[in-house]
Amino acid sequence: MTIASPTAPPARPAPAGPAAPAAPPDLAALAARHGLTVSGARPTLPAYVRQLWSRRHFITAFATAKLTAQYSQARLGQLWQLLTPLLNAAVYYLIFGVLLGTADHVPDFVPFLVTGVFIWTFTANTITAGTRAISGNLGLVRALHFPRAALPVALALQQLQQLLFSLGALIVILVGFGQLPTASWLLAIPALLLQAVFGTGLSMAVARVAARTPDVSQLVPFLLRTWMYASGVMWSVDKVVGDRDLPHLVALALQYNPAAIYIDLVRFAFIDSFTADRLPPHVWAAALAWAVLCGAGGFLYFWKAEEQYGRG
Amino acid sequence: MAENPTRPTGEPTPTVVVDGVHITYKVNGPRTGRGSATSALSRIVSRGAHPGLREVHAVKGVSFAAYRGEAIGLIGSNGSGKSTLLKAVAGLLPTAKGRVYTAGQPSLLGVNAALMSDLTGERNIILGGLAMGMTRDQIRGRYDDIVDFSGINEKGDFVSLPMRTYSSGMGARLRFSIAAAKSHDVLLIDEALSTGDARFRRRSRQRIEELRREAGTVFLVSHSNSTITESCDRALWLEAGVLRMDGPAKEVVAAYEEFTAAGNRSAAGNKGGAGTGTGKQPAR
Repeated sequence: MTIASPTAPPARPAPAGPAAPAAPPDLAALAARHGLTVSGARPTLPAYVRQLWSRRHFITAFATAKLTAQYSQARLGQLWQLLTPLLNAAVYYLIFGVLLGTADHVPDFVPFLVTGVFIWTFTANTITAGTRAISGNLGLVRALHFPRAALPVALALQQLQQLLFSLGALIVILVGFGQLPTASWLLAIPALLLQAVFGTGLSMAVARVAARTPDVSQLVPFLLRTWMYASGVMWSVDKVVGDRDLPHLVALALQYNPAAIYIDLVRFAFIDSFTADRLPPHVWAAALAWAVLCGAGGFLYFWKAEEQYGRG
Repeated sequence: MAENPTRPTGEPTPTVVVDGVHITYKVNGPRTGRGSATSALSRIVSRGAHPGLREVHAVKGVSFAAYRGEAIGLIGSNGSGKSTLLKAVAGLLPTAKGRVYTAGQPSLLGVNAALMSDLTGERNIILGGLAMGMTRDQIRGRYDDIVDFSGINEKGDFVSLPMRTYSSGMGARLRFSIAAAKSHDVLLIDEALSTGDARFRRRSRQRIEELRREAGTVFLVSHSNSTITESCDRALWLEAGVLRMDGPAKEVVAAYEEFTAAGNRSAAGNKGGAGTGTGKQPAR
């Protein structure tokens, strides 16, 4: 015991040493000689994309697991997947349809409103999920290796699955209010896919910010509510832009607000009285542009801080 | 090969090289000052200097090289930075200064965080396996082994029940079984040997032994000195974030035991705590 302790103990004390790899400089050389790589370094972008793709099964399993775990303690179980959006729509109908009388200005108000609420909820929930993507899974981030983008992507996928349940409820409501299925319903698929990419990108950006500054998650609900009221969820954007004498920039901002674009595209797909002339010009191009811009931008922004997630 | 651990020139292949590593935690949580809204506001306004942010210097300039075929034990009292160092080797914690070089991807043994108590054991096995980076085919191939090894089906069909219905021992056994299903180049084990009852401990020790043979290098953090001397040939002793000793497991453990005994005698009672006598566990 005492043989080794006097010789070895201060292997490398000097905590106040200089920044350079101080005492044995041959350690770095040793590592280089044998081709060791720095642990925990951020992978290159192509490598990162490859890693993410190879974890696709984990992403889908994680999303489905989260979704099924969500209501597993409730008596009604998975029925809440349907009930929650329906109750939401009922509340908005009570306030905006009955109490405030918005219904008088918009044809097919109930399908209009319910579509708006469901599609908006998808965007909002995806972004809210982003605030908890890292902070809510710190244990996972600190224990296992995987591209961290898997977390916001999985949570966004969970919201997409949730949306499919909502769409089921939506179709029942649509048919109940006389909107019968037509070929144009298929247009909802590209619209929702673009919206999903848009939301996932935004969610990744929010995830990075919230991982660094957890306070952001307190702020996001207020931003989202403001955004919702500006996005024509319960009122018609084209009507307001057409009727009022708004400054050009304000009208443009209202029309090309991504949330409003995706909502109106789905309304255009589902509701007969929501015709093409109620959409702003080049609406599909705008929907695609928003998806690419936010999807790629959010992913890049998230990847840039990859090695920092999970720090105390 | 634990004879000359510092740097045998040339011959053995290093798998992990830790070069002058410092690790600091930034703690955002309970601050020293008052928690009133106005003081929080003033902290936000006067940002820059991070007045409320406390730094914990967990690892202070540790250097060593680990070679293929070695099993290295990490010892030291509670809060000495063992687990933190392990996480840095795994690349899960960034270093404040210095670098960690590795061959391949070191992995921590543990999937606890990936599992969800509301899901059945069955689905957790799949989820945990995927989280560790196994493919669905690999998991399917190992599924029965995992269930058998954990022994949770010995008292009825528990795999098809949610994990929250398990006893804590059953949960721990299933978690270990999932974690140990995959073999790794560099394996980092943080006190995984203390799960379950005596029978399961014996089985898990055998499994660790197998994993050790499959892996290139194994790091083991444990408060059980006997575990370290039994399963490791080299040991690192960390104390307050500083590497105090690096050498053959028996010598280092002996020196550490002398240190803790001395510490206990002087600080009679309050301090030593869990890091001391656990070596004499009735494991086997």
